[in-house]
Amino acid sequence: MKIKNIIVSYFVGLLFSVGLSISGMLQPQKVIGFLNLFYNWDPSLILVMIGAIAVHSSYYFFIKPKFSAPLFTDSFQVPNRSDITSSLIIGASIFGIGWGLGGYCPGPALTSVANFSLNPFIFLGAMLVGMALYRKVQNRLPFTK
Amino acid sequence: MIAMNNELVNALIGGVIIGLATVIMMHFNGRIAGISGIINGAFKIVPGDWAWRIFFIFGLLTGGLLMKIANPESFNDKSGNSTLIIAVAGLLVGFGTIMGNGCTSGHGVCGISRLSKRSIVATIVFISAGVFTVTLKQWLTR
Repeated sequence: MKIKNIIVSYFVGLLFSVGLSISGMLQPQKVIGFLNLFYNWDPSLILVMIGAIAVHSSYYFFIKPKFSAPLFTDSFQVPNRSDITSSLIIGASIFGIGWGLGGYCPGPALTSVANFSLNPFIFLGAMLVGMALYRKVQNRLPFTK
Repeated sequence: MIAMNNELVNALIGGVIIGLATVIMMHFNGRIAGISGIINGAFKIVPGDWAWRIFFIFGLLTGGLLMKIANPESFNDKSGNSTLIIAVAGLLVGFGTIMGNGCTSGHGVCGISRLSKRSIVATIVFISAGVFTVTLKQWLTR
């Protein structure tokens, strides 16, 4: 990747966290409030997803097909797998349990470090350990990747 | 009631901004803006595939600092979670997102947008597991 790709990447990260802040998704109680489907439900998260998916899917189906390559690199790198594996299901389940417990997913956790409070630091540290742990044990797990 | 409506409008606007961010990543760099994958890949220094990840993370942090000044209430944590719960949650989120090849951004936004079967399944599973966990926790601590 070239300098221009790195600049784009930096700008995308910046825009992403501004969106997270405006959307309210940096507040774990709002995420937990969405997952609390049967008591005092907070629909915010679904509206965040609807807004993001409306923009991304419009691009993906109406604009992207007109381009044979991205503007700043040679090819689009879009995952094309469609197999439902045990790792996908078990991994998503483990993620969902942690998400429900803490109210943070990776993006908000990283962005919330800017608040300089203890919990996001603890969460981020533990999350990085969890990622390293999976990389360490992945080949010893009996699940199809 | 009005405050609630504002929150919902902000959620939609924030979502549109997040959508734009993921579109820019795809249109210029040809990449999925999947945050767990970007972070996980940053652990391994591969020439040509490392700097963009680190700068994406710097971008997230810069945006966080800007919004800490512009919109500090957006960081309010009223979850009342103990440090121990947070640590366990972080471990599970790290392990689970890498094992399941994605999180809310990669599967939930980018994947669903292109109607990826894997992402639709993963998103249904992680939201269901989240609902189960929150409901159980609420029931146990009541």
